[in-house]
Amino acid sequence: MNHFDVGELRSQFPILQQRVNGQPLVYLDNAATTQKPDSVIDAIANYYRNDNANVHRGAHALSDRATEVFESARQKVAEFISASSKDEVLWTRGTTESINLVASSWGGQNLSAGDRILVSAMEHHANIVPWQMVAEKHGARVEPIPVDADGSINMAAFVSLLDERVKMVAVGHVSNALGSINPVSEIISLAHGVGARVLIDAAQSIAHWPVNVAELNCDFYAFSAHKMFGPTGMGVLYGKRECLESMPPYQGGGEMIETVSFAGTTFNKLPYKFEAGTPNIAGAVGLAAAVEFLQGIDRTAADQHETQLLARAEQELDALGGYQIVGKASQRVAVLSFIGDFAHPQDIGMILDKQGVAVRTGNHCAQPIMDQFGIPGTVRASFSLYNTVEDVDRLIAGLAKAKMFLA
Amino acid sequence: MTEFGVDVSAEDIIDTLGFFDDWEDRYKYIIDLGKELPALPESARTEQNLVRGCQSQVWLDSSLKQGKMYFGADSDAFIVKGLLAIVLAAYNGKTPTEVNAFDIDAYFNDLSLLSHLSSTRGNGLKSMVERIQAEATEAL
Repeated sequence: MNHFDVGELRSQFPILQQRVNGQPLVYLDNAATTQKPDSVIDAIANYYRNDNANVHRGAHALSDRATEVFESARQKVAEFISASSKDEVLWTRGTTESINLVASSWGGQNLSAGDRILVSAMEHHANIVPWQMVAEKHGARVEPIPVDADGSINMAAFVSLLDERVKMVAVGHVSNALGSINPVSEIISLAHGVGARVLIDAAQSIAHWPVNVAELNCDFYAFSAHKMFGPTGMGVLYGKRECLESMPPYQGGGEMIETVSFAGTTFNKLPYKFEAGTPNIAGAVGLAAAVEFLQGIDRTAADQHETQLLARAEQELDALGGYQIVGKASQRVAVLSFIGDFAHPQDIGMILDKQGVAVRTGNHCAQPIMDQFGIPGTVRASFSLYNTVEDVDRLIAGLAKAKMFLA
Repeated sequence: MTEFGVDVSAEDIIDTLGFFDDWEDRYKYIIDLGKELPALPESARTEQNLVRGCQSQVWLDSSLKQGKMYFGADSDAFIVKGLLAIVLAAYNGKTPTEVNAFDIDAYFNDLSLLSHLSSTRGNGLKSMVERIQAEATEAL
């Protein structure tokens, strides 16, 4: 039976046990990257200690073992996101590469002059720039879906932007800068109504709740292992089989081919067609361990825990005064993005750091929405399931000191 | 307002910062230095003088008078502005040769502030120092 005990969970994360600047570390930069439990660290170390070999080609026991753990990781991830087959799960370096793969391969094949790509105005640069690059090449246009002052997508405006020239709608499941949860099911069915494909950037949602890509009916779903307690340099692109089958390879090299000759080359089947070169095998092993870690947790309870932390932080920040929350969408993950009316976000972040509290400050790679709000950036405290009420109180105490210091 | 490099030298800053025991006093002093740094006039806050950082922005205006280099600098963040004052205390009123000879890393290390100088994208401080050094080389 899964259960949720934050103290016990926390003890599985060795990095959280340290002091920073003389204070016990309060890590609230989970939207940038989450920390790793012992099980993930051990899985990667054990892979290198015991099983390391190249996959799919060796004629020896180690290679068979490496291939087995590598492919069972793919199966585990397919089940984790409810993909219909492990062939629809491609390994990438992370969300950014997943989006670039779709933009380059799918976009190169399907975009022509006058076509339109819609992205929300609060997307991360990784879900804007790859589309701009491919659009420019093919005479297509990238257009923003308006976002309201509270940080939610303006659905009426979205509907009015849709027509048969829209070929792709690419939106984040959750905004990294504001924490807004976007109504992706509705977006997907509306986009499909005009024949557009939909890519969901799930970098910021994957750690927060279980996902079912079949139910969502999205065409592409991209996420990173390192934001869900797994290793860096490892990511996933889920794609519907019908899309992936028709798309050309992204990169050329070993592994992705069936036969090579100077007369011509034929490509491997899914998913290998998109995986040129020796893959990040240890990354896949670490990701599988991260999936197991999440599957061992009562995720509804974890979600409730995070929601309680956010509510407490909001309430205490309000009581403190001098700070304004940026982004107040009704549906949000446990991300608190805010500014102080007395200092630059970076000043606030530096004073927090001196007190052992780690947050992110800046534009969060989402310049367009910061420009829309007329601010240089925000301070972002992002919570994970291992954060505690004490972490919230330390953040607020740190912010009280920052205010005293800087105001 | 204080003219850094004239009224306050690098040695003065090393002495004063070394005197404080806890980070709060140190950072209060750095913020106060920033408040003493004359603001750059709007006319000097040009695109050309802008040094972009990922988080805060820095403007740098420089001039050469009788063989010596003079800098004005500004930032939209208080602590960064204090760090700019610390940089200018080391460089203002020096010849290009002296500017190039100055070991800025050792200076920030003595002040226990090296992490601020080495964060490449964060605050624009590193880029500003590189720009000062490039201008000194050009003026040689």
